[in-house]
Formats: sequence, C-alpha cells, structure tokens
Amino acid sequence: MPSAVEQPLLRLRGLGRDFDVSRPWLNRMLERAPRQLLRAVDEVSFEVRRGETLALVGESGCGKSTVARLIVGLYAPSRGAVEFDGIELTDPGRAAEARAARRRMQMIFQDPYASLDPRWRVRDIVAEPIRVLGLARTRGAERSRVRELLAQVGLAAEDGDKFPHEFSGGQRQRISIARALSGNPEFLVCDEPTSALDVSVQAQILNLMSELQSRLGLTYLFISHNLAVVSHVADRVGVMYLGRLVELAEAAELFARPRHPYTRMLLDAVPRLEAIGARRTPVAGEVPDPLAPPTGCAFHPRCPHANARCAAERPALEGTGARRIACHAVSEGRLAPSA
Amino acid sequence: MRAALARAWDSDLAYSFRRSPVTVAAALVALACVTGALCAPWLAPHNPFDLASLNLLDAFTPPAWTAKGSSTFLLGTDDQGRDVLSTIMYGARISLAVGGAAVLLSMLVGVALGLVAGYFGGALDAFIMRVADVQLSFPAILIALLIDGVARVMLPHEAQDVIAIPVLVLAIGASGWVQYARTVRGSTLVEKNKEYVQAARVIGRRPAAIMLAHVLPNVTGPVLVIGTIHIATAIITEATLSFLGVGVPPTRPSLGTLIRVGNDFLFSGEWWITVFPGIALVALALSVNLLGDWLRDALNPRLR
Amino acid sequence: MSGPLLEVRGLRVEFPTRRGRLVAVDGVSFSIAPGEVLGVVGESGAGKSLTGMAIIGLLEPPGRIAAGEILLEGERIDRLPPERMRRIRGRRIGAIFQDPLTSLNPLYTIGEQLVETILTHLGLGREGARRRALELLAEVGIPAPESRFSHYPHQFSGGMRQRVVIALALAAEPRLVIADEPTTALDVSIQAQIVALLKRLAREHGTAVMLITHDMGVIAETADRVAVMYAGRIAEIGPVGEVIHAARHPYTAGLMGSIPRVASGGAQRRGRLAQIEGSMPRLAAIPGGCAFHPRCPRRLARCSLERPSQVPVAANQVACWLYAERG
Repeated sequence: MPSAVEQPLLRLRGLGRDFDVSRPWLNRMLERAPRQLLRAVDEVSFEVRRGETLALVGESGCGKSTVARLIVGLYAPSRGAVEFDGIELTDPGRAAEARAARRRMQMIFQDPYASLDPRWRVRDIVAEPIRVLGLARTRGAERSRVRELLAQVGLAAEDGDKFPHEFSGGQRQRISIARALSGNPEFLVCDEPTSALDVSVQAQILNLMSELQSRLGLTYLFISHNLAVVSHVADRVGVMYLGRLVELAEAAELFARPRHPYTRMLLDAVPRLEAIGARRTPVAGEVPDPLAPPTGCAFHPRCPHANARCAAERPALEGTGARRIACHAVSEGRLAPSA
Repeated sequence: MRAALARAWDSDLAYSFRRSPVTVAAALVALACVTGALCAPWLAPHNPFDLASLNLLDAFTPPAWTAKGSSTFLLGTDDQGRDVLSTIMYGARISLAVGGAAVLLSMLVGVALGLVAGYFGGALDAFIMRVADVQLSFPAILIALLIDGVARVMLPHEAQDVIAIPVLVLAIGASGWVQYARTVRGSTLVEKNKEYVQAARVIGRRPAAIMLAHVLPNVTGPVLVIGTIHIATAIITEATLSFLGVGVPPTRPSLGTLIRVGNDFLFSGEWWITVFPGIALVALALSVNLLGDWLRDALNPRLR
Repeated sequence: MSGPLLEVRGLRVEFPTRRGRLVAVDGVSFSIAPGEVLGVVGESGAGKSLTGMAIIGLLEPPGRIAAGEILLEGERIDRLPPERMRRIRGRRIGAIFQDPLTSLNPLYTIGEQLVETILTHLGLGREGARRRALELLAEVGIPAPESRFSHYPHQFSGGMRQRVVIALALAAEPRLVIADEPTTALDVSIQAQIVALLKRLAREHGTAVMLITHDMGVIAETADRVAVMYAGRIAEIGPVGEVIHAARHPYTAGLMGSIPRVASGGAQRRGRLAQIEGSMPRLAAIPGGCAFHPRCPRRLARCSLERPSQVPVAANQVACWLYAERG
C-alpha cells in the first residue's frame, strides 16, 4: 500500500472545462440567442497516489471522460491545473517539462474497434510509442521489445504481422494495452476499457490489467460507469455527477457505507444477481440537461433529503482524511451515515 | 509470390470483379485503348507525324471495307493523307497523358487541402471551403478556358507550343480539385475524432505526422474512386478544349483535335475522319467510367 | 390459452456466403408461456439477436431460416408470405430494439407514430386511437402525456424515448414482445426503471416477453426463465434462480463466475475474477461436437466428437455430456 505521506503522482486542482456549444454566430445574431457554455467539468480536485488505482464513476454526461482527456492533454483546461509528480502540466511557461512529464503517462480507450489504426499492422501500432519516444536504438531492439510486449498481454509474436480487423474485441484491447505499455509509462488513464467487451472477455482483461499493475508498479486512473467492475479494481473511488465530484472515499468504505445520496442511488440501481426477481425502488427522475444545470447542488431535484439550502448553495467537497463528500445533508448531520 | 497472387485472385475485390461481365468488358476495352496508346510507336501501322511519309494523293481515302478503301489505311485517311487509325493511337496518347497528369494534380492539391481543412478546422477550414464553393459556381470548362487564356496572354508567343500542354494540365487540374478536397475533408472530420488518432496525440506525435501517417491512409479510399471517374472527365475536358481550339497545339493532335478537324468534313461525305476518333473517345471514357463505378461499389463496405 | 404462446422447435438460421454456409443459430428450441418473461442471454456472436429477428421475420437477407418451426399460439409463422407476416408483426408480436434513437422516426411526433400504429392494427377511429395513445403514454410513465403527445423524439431524453418505444410496441396489444437489448444504451439508474416497467406490463397484460440481453443483472431481476446461448446453440435453459446460482453447464458456470459483483454489505478488495480461457468461436470455425469443448475445463473425450443433446437436470435443461448418463 503506498504511503500517504509522499507526494501524490497526480493532483488535480480545481479543474474545469467548458465547451462552447452555441449556435453558429450568424444564427445567434439573427435569433438573438445567448452563448451557450457547457460546463463539462466543474471544480474537480483529487489526488492519485503512486501505485494505486483510483476509479472515477458516474453516468453518461458526468464528465469523467472529459477529466481523463484533460489529464492526458487531449483538451486544455478552462480553469484549474493538473500536476504530475509535482510538475504543473498546464502551465504554458513550463511546456518542455510538461511534455517530458506527459511521456510518463499513457491512455487506454474504450472502443476497441476505433482505437487501433485499421491500416497499420499490429507490430507498428505497438511500436509507435517506442519510435516516437526514441526508446530503442536499433530496429532489432525495437522488434524484440514488441515481441516481449505482445507476450506480456497474452498474444503471440506472429500476431504482430496481422491487421486489427483480424482480431476480436478482447484481443484488440490487449493490443491497446501493449501499445500503452510500450512507452514505459508510470501512469495509465483507462477510459472504460472493458465497457465494450463481453463479460467473460472483460474478466480476462481486468485480470490482465491487475497482473500488469503489480508486476510493473503502475498507477491507474480507471474510468467506468459500471460500479460492479469498479468494486473489483479500485483502491479508491470518486463519484461524479454533472461535472462535479460529489464523493471520494476508499473503495471498501464507499461500497459498504455510501454517504452521498447520489452514491447511494447509484449503488441501489446496480442489478444484483442475488436478488432474483426483487428490485429496490427505482430512483426518480433523470440526469438534468447539462446546459441548464440545477442551481445550488446539482443533485437536489432528485434528492430525497434536499432542503432550501441545497437549492441555493452549491456544497463544497469537504471531509476528513481519505473521505470527502459534497453534500449539505451530510455536513449538517441530517443524513444518517448508515446505508 | 504465387501465394500472394493466389490470395489476391481470391480476395473479395477480385471476386466481385470477376462476377461482373460489364466490368470485365470495360476493363478489357480500357486495357486495349491504353495499350494502343502507349505502344503507338510500335503498334501503329504508320507514323502520322512523319511529314516525309505523307502523300497528299492518299488524302480522303475511305475505310478499308468500303469500295474505294485500301487495306493500308484500315480506317481511312484524313485531309492530309494521315492514317486515321494511327492518328487515333497517337492522339489517345496525348489525351491519356494530359488526362492522367491533370487528375494527379487535382488529387494532390485536393487531398492536401482537404486534409488540412478537416484536421485543423476553424478559420483555415472556412477559408478553403469558401474558395472551393466559389470555384464550384463556375463550370469547370470555363475555369480551364480562363487559366488557358491568361497563360496565353502572359507567355511569349514562341513558348506557346512548348508550354501548351503543361498549361492544359494545370488548367484541367485546377478545375477539378474541389471534389477531392470536399470528400477528404469529410472523411478527415470523421477520422480525426476516432480514438486511434487521439491515441497518437497522447503518444505525442505532431499534427503533421498524425495527418500523414494515420489520417491520410484511411481517407484515400473514396479518392481512388473519384480519380478513376475523373480521368474520363479530364479526357473529355481536354477533348473539348482541343475541339474549341484552345487545347493542345495542332502539331500534336489529341482525340479532340481530330474530332474538330474531321468535323469540317462530316457533311461533305468524309465521315470517317471524325466518327472514328469520336468512337475511340467514347470507348475510352465509358470504359474508365464503368471501372470507376465498379470500384466504388466494390469498396463500399455497406453494399457487400 | 393452455399451451405455450410461443414455441420454437429446432430453429436453424444460415447465411450462405461464397465460402460456404455459416450457421448462426443451430437447432434452438424453447417455449414461452403467456405472461412469462424468458431471458435469452449470451455474449456477442451467440446468435440471440438473430433468433429474435427470425421470430419476428426480420432476418436480413442473405440470412434465412433453413430449418425448424416457429409457432405463435399454435400457428406456424416461419413460412408465411411477407404480407401476412407484416400483419402479425405489430399486432401479435411487438418489438423493442436497443437504440431508442433509431427506433423512432425523427420526422413525426410520437403522438402521430403511436396513432399510426394503433390505426393500422386496431379498428379504432381517430379519436379512439388518440385516447388509447394517451393511455399508453401514461401507462409507461411519461409525465403530462397530453402535452408530450405532440413532441418530437429528439425532445425526449434516452430513458423517456425508450418508454415511448415500449408504448409503441404495446400499442396494438400484442401477445408476444421481443425486446432486444432494451436497456443497454441507457444509464444504470434508468435501466432500473425500464426493467421494472417491462416486468409490470408483462404481468398486467399477460404478454409473453422474450428479453434478449448480455446483461445477467437485468435477467436476474426481470426474467422468470433464462436460456443461455453459446455459438448458436442453447447451452442451458431453466428457472432464473437455478441457472444463476446452480449453473450446471460449464459455460454457464464460467460466465457466472466472471461477472463482477458488488458484494452486499461491503468490503471486497480486488478479487481476481474467474475467467474462461479463449473466446467464442467465429461462425466459420465452430468446433465439432460440443461447441464449447476447446475452452471447457471439464471436457470429456466424447465432447469433441458428438454434439450433446439437451437433458433435464433438476429444473434445468442442459446440453452437456457430463450429465448425459444421469438421463
């Protein structure tokens, strides 16, 4: 277990990202429509410790994928900062350092059918980071490293000669993992890596990722909407809703004693194989339109414990130690801690 | 090698080719035209540009199978005693060369601009597309005429003949790039958001490298199909320009020139001087067009 | 109505390709009683969607039903001419597909689409059809149906759209509803709502439901019986509790083991999930004998030679040589 005293590998401070989804300029002029800004990520802060797996969960539109892309640099943040091993990645003044730091992180994507270039052979796909980062001195060294990586993810050396379309979804994810590992990263951002896979294939990939983590000492940020999967892989879990982080806790704690009303709702909604035929009361309402989020706490329209303050004032993420919650009911003591 | 050929023969593409009699016929016709054109110096019975071998007395000989025809001149001769068959073969050379070069130029310019517009978006994209829109509102022939006319005025008179063909290639090429640009831009917009491009960005590759190494190979499919059909259009455009007198110089006649020249004699009875080049042009354009049609359907994954 | 509502016997769906005939559904037999929810579960490529399509008569050519019988209320429907099949679809069989976005026509209001379906299949006048449509919308839980009647599909959220699709499927009061992955495209909290809705409607209307999905959790909560498919064949079929907790077929057992679960009551640190080695065979390369034998941890010599037939084991029917002797 990583020590809590040392510097976290990744730290997000007040990270925010807006998308301009206004109608084209001409239409806006003619219809006198206002600019429309979508707050995909709003004031998100957390740390990831070396060697651990932090999971970010939430339903579609909660911003977890956007957070992933902000971390690896596919989007630039509108507010806030991303710090990797103490280096601020989003500071324009330290761009060279940031680039070097970014080389130590890689990403695994959700769609195994779109994340590999269909025109490239597998060995070239896996070798790309090696070439770009200049990690192999000779072609021979590169080729043997590729063979090693393919073996590490459970593929044969001959598979390097084939094209992606010759492989199944699970095998393609293995290729993606091999590609991510070929740059010798310390930190892997995994964006729903098994959501598109069948259940038995998912088990293989999750087991593989777990093995690789302990063997190579990797740190994972695991994004998922599937709480059951998360309960198997995560050390700590962050729950997101409409772009905001609402709860952050050790996994065991979160699943045993969820505190935030949304977390409880989410856990309630997970279908349980044990409960044949029965079903807890399904929750009311749906995720609101992110273009017009509710005032105050974003969850208050669906929350059974909401009061006037919840509608007016946005709760801050506060808490002790490893546990942080953004909920007025909890901080005011109105909500009993038991599930 | 044999194994590779066997696999190619058995592939879906070759299979769909073999199954379509129209496509096979079109391919054979196109092959015949191209071979005839390329190997003109060896296959043609006469050399129509060798002024010494021409004899005015041979002029206006009708085709071999008619009453006054002669077997030396299978398709007859024109007003200067040139063998029509040989002239067609040499003329097709010019037509194919100009058509091919023009298409290549269009493709290069169009694909490059389309890639850049699609990948970078924003103002650059808007600018390129507006230029494309403006150009599309003019017929291609007019644009070619414009470029040609300007070149003629700007260049010294002596250089005209030498420069004529490159200018023609430039004119036809410049009038045809828009289709490629639009298609490639559309495909680029789609591919750009796919995760393999994002993966390349995360790895740290530069935009230019990503465009060339990842996006380009994945957007060239439709370009090939457009190119095949465009060759036919380019050949016809060149023929039209030559017919109008602003294409290739008269010393190196293409199929279009032949048709123009023969046109004057059409109604005075010497029909073969214009009809045979016309048939040759139609055969070439049609067969290439049909090949393009087949290619488009064969490459369309949804139709398979 | 005493017999089963839907009976499928020995269904075989083939795809002729130039490389030979691919068998996507191979000798599938099952039945559904009125008011019962049968779950058909399997991974991608198992043939469950194709089974559903074959029953509705919407197999895309060149796919075709090569053998077997499909009986709806005792009447054969697998060899009907297209016109008669069209009348049965909608009226006696309703369908719910995965993507609510493409199941609804974006150019018509949902009211118009509902009314059109009702008018086509029931003999009500315009007014009657409109009333019935509003009733249906209320029944599937659309708030303020009168005002939403004239809204277009894009004005609804994903969960609401799927409710509208369910309303459409039920509009003509079908006896059988085939739901193909109805909750896969929805968020987990919405899934719960849709699943509860389907179950309630099945009970109240006595409709038989064939629920096709890869999500065992949804099956656990909705289905009465479940059929587990593998490589176009049914590996095991039985009451849902039996199949999930007392799976007999090695594939079913492997599948159940590999499903991640949130342990009730909390702490469950990072267990390794049980995994089945290898992957489902491609249609062109289905192994001889039992299709699962190359991946089976308990295979016998017989398994690679002969394809097992279904034998009853307790309350389930299992297609596995391990149980053949017990008869």
